Amino acid sequence: MVKLNVSKLNDFFAAIAAEEKLYIPVDSADGAAFRPYEAGMEMSKACNSTRSAKDFFFPQVENLVNFKVDHNKKSIEIIDNRTEAEDFVIFGVRACDMASFEILDRVYLSDPVDSYYKNRRDHGVIVTAACGRPQETCFCTAFGIDASNPAGDVTTWFVGDDVYFKANTEKGEALVAKVAAIGESAEEKPVEDFKAGVKFMMGRLPIKDIKLDKISARGLMENFNSPIWDDEFKTCLGCGTCTFVCPTCQCFDVREFKTNEGVIRFRCWDSCMYSDFTQMSHGNNRVSQKERFRQRFMHKLVYFPNNNEGIYGCVGCGRCLRSCPQSLNIVKVAKALGGKD
Amino acid sequence: MQVEEKEFKPTIVAFCCNWCSYAGADLSGTNRLQYPANVKIIRIPCSCRLNPMFILRAFQRGADGVILCGCHPGDCHYTTGNYYARRRMTLLFSMLDFLGIEKERTRVEWVSAAEGQKFAETMNDFVATVTKLGENHRLEDLRCKKQ
Amino acid sequence: MQEAMIARAKELLADGSVSRVMGWKKGEFSYDISPAVFENADQLVDFVYDDFCGANVSKYLINESKKEGKILAFLKPCDSYSFAQLLKEHRIDREKVYVIGIPSYGKADINKIRAKGIDGVLGIKSEGTDFIVDTIYGEEKIAKFEAMSERCLTCKSKKHVDVDEMMGEEGEWNAESKRFDKVAELEAMTPDERFEFWRGELSRCIRCNACRNVCPACTCVSCVFDNPNSDINNKAAASSFEENMFHIIRAFHVAGRCTDCGECSRVCPQNIPLHLLNRKFIKDINELYGQYQAGANADEKYPMVNFTFDDCEPGIVYKRGGNQ
Repeated sequence: MVKLNVSKLNDFFAAIAAEEKLYIPVDSADGAAFRPYEAGMEMSKACNSTRSAKDFFFPQVENLVNFKVDHNKKSIEIIDNRTEAEDFVIFGVRACDMASFEILDRVYLSDPVDSYYKNRRDHGVIVTAACGRPQETCFCTAFGIDASNPAGDVTTWFVGDDVYFKANTEKGEALVAKVAAIGESAEEKPVEDFKAGVKFMMGRLPIKDIKLDKISARGLMENFNSPIWDDEFKTCLGCGTCTFVCPTCQCFDVREFKTNEGVIRFRCWDSCMYSDFTQMSHGNNRVSQKERFRQRFMHKLVYFPNNNEGIYGCVGCGRCLRSCPQSLNIVKVAKALGGKD
Repeated sequence: MQVEEKEFKPTIVAFCCNWCSYAGADLSGTNRLQYPANVKIIRIPCSCRLNPMFILRAFQRGADGVILCGCHPGDCHYTTGNYYARRRMTLLFSMLDFLGIEKERTRVEWVSAAEGQKFAETMNDFVATVTKLGENHRLEDLRCKKQ
Repeated sequence: MQEAMIARAKELLADGSVSRVMGWKKGEFSYDISPAVFENADQLVDFVYDDFCGANVSKYLINESKKEGKILAFLKPCDSYSFAQLLKEHRIDREKVYVIGIPSYGKADINKIRAKGIDGVLGIKSEGTDFIVDTIYGEEKIAKFEAMSERCLTCKSKKHVDVDEMMGEEGEWNAESKRFDKVAELEAMTPDERFEFWRGELSRCIRCNACRNVCPACTCVSCVFDNPNSDINNKAAASSFEENMFHIIRAFHVAGRCTDCGECSRVCPQNIPLHLLNRKFIKDINELYGQYQAGANADEKYPMVNFTFDDCEPGIVYKRGGNQ
């Protein structure tokens, strides 16, 4: 384990940024946001970024392929846009977002592998930061995530005036070597104390006790036909806010844009809350907002664990709790679905 | 005089109402009046048909200036269409200005079927104005640019 | 107030004059209140009306008034303008709604409390002119004024439009409202500055469509941005052009019908001040075509379907507003 004084953190950032792209969370008009590092930037102290870190591996809009049409030659040229991604480092990812990558990996790295996602995943180095100040909207403990000890290529802990670094992977070793050059080696003790402190705080959070086991015990059809769906969805606007800020939502739509010279085929995030989600020639198979609303929560709490050895499709980051215009969210649904007792 | 290597020729989209301005354009043609060839005329049934989205889409697809020509107020074939268009365009142009988009890029001009001369003059003047402004960058869509 | 509202709702449910109640439902913390429909008196146990009931419930009445039976709706002044505008557009069946007007002295915005550095908020108690905020990290105090949402600080009216019954005191139209100050400030900038300002704001848009979906004036059954054949992407923030177009068209389509309730800015997850676009239209309409407040008068034609022979020409834009 290596430690670095907080005052030297920017030297460390500069050393990385000199070689590859570095993203750190900074305070902006829309809350904390990951931005490319520039000299003099100050890292945000916010508990988490407004948008999740999935954007770096699964961006909202991504061009897949271009078609160039030549009317004179009557030809169509197909241009593959895929290039090897540049190496990049993303600093300050929280435990919940780190856990979300495991969920995204299950979707995108299982056969058939999504080469666009894999490309970025292979070239990204993730430096996580343990939480020091959890918020009331955090409920990662419900999914067995330890906010004080996130995974990632490198794990960092901000304890007092020091930042502690620990490499977890080979990619991480190289990065920590850069810290070692300007920092000093450190004992584990302060970090262990810090972890214990965070765990104590996590234990006091108000919404950590959602009864997921009760939902699981009930079985798919019983959850699907639960009367709560008739009630909960009523004031859902059908906007896509919850899905777009969610670190685990992975649905996308493939669309085409006609340019003046051809066609760009791109994919963009889709939302199960939208009326044209999974639109087919006969129309949409979820015709009412109730069904769309149910889909989102059933997917995260029932379908995904059913198909993935019990791993839930939610990591408890709390972004939907903060962003939903009408304050409908997964915690309220899970509590209703899990029952009061 | 030195001629610039690449002279900028703006693309202008002119939406013309079927009853007055389109006939006005026709008249200016039969009278052999000249106006720049980079004015692309799109015929619409009435100036009131012009959805604000048409203007924005024209800019997206590469227009550097958009002009709407219709019957003089009071002379609308459908009696009142251009009065509505007048209000709409006023508000739309004001909004474009509010977003920092050059206000000279959009214009409304009333041209009757008898005003072939005015049509040609208007187009010459508008092309000159937009040429001075240069290429449209603030309302462009990079995907539609030539690669 | 809350207790009186619940009591009145129970009364109306009991005598059969209404069969449902539209109101607000408490959440996990004191600030995350959802609009809700209560089907019976028992459900009213979760009914709440306090400083965080900012959500405008008028739009829900479109669907609710299509159902069997009458619904009781509690409307704040700004909600009632939206409601009246929807009535004017024949979107709500007036016979199916019983409206009780309730006063609103300004609603709080949790994001403003958080911006003050108060985090981990568990509960918020109102105490005179202050909020006592209970957080995971101890108790904090904040003046209500500092926590009040922007739209309430520039409130246009505390007077209701179309109510069957009033609870509490009826307010007045606020002629002193400074709601156009920010618009005027932007107008005074140079076009370059304005362009920079709006690029900075609109480039953050994630196209979640919350602003559109929450808007009580956006009531098209199918939106142009949802038409898969329109070549307009309803969910992709694919280019800066589309961000501009979406927001121009969104605001333009409600120009003259927007009551300035401010929901668009409240719901934006990216904190984009979208209401400024709407206010720009309102300000222009007021200045060019005479004072107009959407929803205020049921008989008045609204400005975009109206004209006078001597309206100004669009060329007026070259002369007014904005430095060169």
